[in-house]
Amino acid sequence: MPTLESLIDKVKAAVTPEVIACTACKAEFPKKQLKKANMVCPACGKHLRMDARARIAATVDAGSFTELCTGLKSEDFFSFPGYADKLDKAAKATGEEEAVVCGAAKIGGEDCAVFVMDSGFIMASMGSVVGEKITRLFEYATEHSLPVIGFTASGGARMQEGIVSLMQMAKVSGAVKQHSNAGNLYITVLCDPTTGGVTASFAMQGDILIAEPGALIGFAGRRVVEQTTKSKLPDNFQKAEFLLEHGFIDAIVERNDLPAALGNLLKLHKKQTEIA
Amino acid sequence: MTAYEKLKAARGSRRPTGAAYVDGIFHDCMELHGDRRFGDDAAIVGGIGWLDDQPVTYIAIDRGTDIQSRMAKNFGCPKPEGYRKGLRLMKQAEKFGRPVICFVDTQGAFCGADAEERGQGQAIAESIMEMMNLRVPVISIVIGEGGSGGALALASANRVYMLENAVYSVISPEGCASILWKDAAKVEDAAEVLHITADDMKNLGVAEDVIKEDFNDFPTMCQGIRETLKNDLANMQQMSPEQLQQNRYERFRKFGIYGERA
Ligand SMILES: [Zn+2]
Repeated sequence: MPTLESLIDKVKAAVTPEVIACTACKAEFPKKQLKKANMVCPACGKHLRMDARARIAATVDAGSFTELCTGLKSEDFFSFPGYADKLDKAAKATGEEEAVVCGAAKIGGEDCAVFVMDSGFIMASMGSVVGEKITRLFEYATEHSLPVIGFTASGGARMQEGIVSLMQMAKVSGAVKQHSNAGNLYITVLCDPTTGGVTASFAMQGDILIAEPGALIGFAGRRVVEQTTKSKLPDNFQKAEFLLEHGFIDAIVERNDLPAALGNLLKLHKKQTEIA
Repeated sequence: MTAYEKLKAARGSRRPTGAAYVDGIFHDCMELHGDRRFGDDAAIVGGIGWLDDQPVTYIAIDRGTDIQSRMAKNFGCPKPEGYRKGLRLMKQAEKFGRPVICFVDTQGAFCGADAEERGQGQAIAESIMEMMNLRVPVISIVIGEGGSGGALALASANRVYMLENAVYSVISPEGCASILWKDAAKVEDAAEVLHITADDMKNLGVAEDVIKEDFNDFPTMCQGIRETLKNDLANMQQMSPEQLQQNRYERFRKFGIYGERA
């Protein structure tokens, strides 16, 4: 039986729906409407940030996702100021174990392994657990001859884990290479924002690199570059369109076109014996 | 010495730079220039030389020794073309079955608009991935500062050594202090909590061993490094190319400190 209070809350919520303002055009939309639009602004087309579960739901075939590589827990092994608290808050805010969700799924009817980074979790910075989960996913995909589709969004390596986080870059890169050596396909979808040590490792190691429109993708932070360069940077600096222009990504694909595009790419890379 | 004192020592202006180790350890070297794609980055010197009677490929980040050379070398902050030159020389070494010896000394990869335009992230990502896969022995020595991804791009090796006052870090202590405490002056605390010293690296398994420094007798110090390299290579040359790849994979596969959920 719902209580009277909860019913009142429900009515209130229905009357005054939670709104989200587009970060680009500032237009406000009910949260529900934006979520239904996969967080693409109905007014200007801006691709707003999206959590990992919503991303999975928007991308893979309904009901096809099986989560893998779970059960790991980050540790504050250097007693780094504020880290334990940050981990707690991130887990509560996102409901996730860590900043990446991994699993097996189908896209356009094709089997694949998927990882999705969640920038709501400490900017999806890469510590031991993120590195380990992605490494395990690549090992799983190699073992099962599955393509990997990876959605990257990250502030880079997680400084709270010091040098151990840097080592994750080489660990994941090794697993990516073994997966590649076995003839498997790896597609990265670069989402806003993909920076630092993630850009300098598995984000850029795909056979095919796709970006979402307007996504920030770079190695160094814009502010640091500005200080070094001492001149005005172009407005689209480090944006997906800038990378396309300079030859560093294959294509920019809108979010709502991704399932079809990824499904087609998976079919294009099916081993000829499987197609026959 | 505190972590911060070691950081200062690692950055010391009179400390030998990459090129000095190449000269001190190898003989009859020939420097090879350029990435064959864009240019030649002076921050990375690479080439072929002799480790006693054995041909090796060397790749060294060099900070320069005076103001002119430091400017030309961007103070040892490589650009994408530097990493691409390094990778070109590594693949060449692989073709001819030569071991690769890297000397790492950088605050980090260069952070400029031109470097971003030419794919700094992509250049490092490719260097790390291909280095992990090389079919020849790879040894890296951090001789000064090992700054983040820009250092790892030349340190994804079978064996990694730290000079006694060298440091290795995921972020500069200055950068960490300004993010964490909004105060770059807290660099000493940041250096401590980041665990950047040679001993930290040995304890964490990030480095196999620590090499004693003796810059007053640099030739003898280089002789010691030469012996270490020869010993390691003698062991690694017993391994097949596949074993070398697997050895490197397993070396990095083990990194990660985490718990299991109930
Ligand atoms: Zn908008």
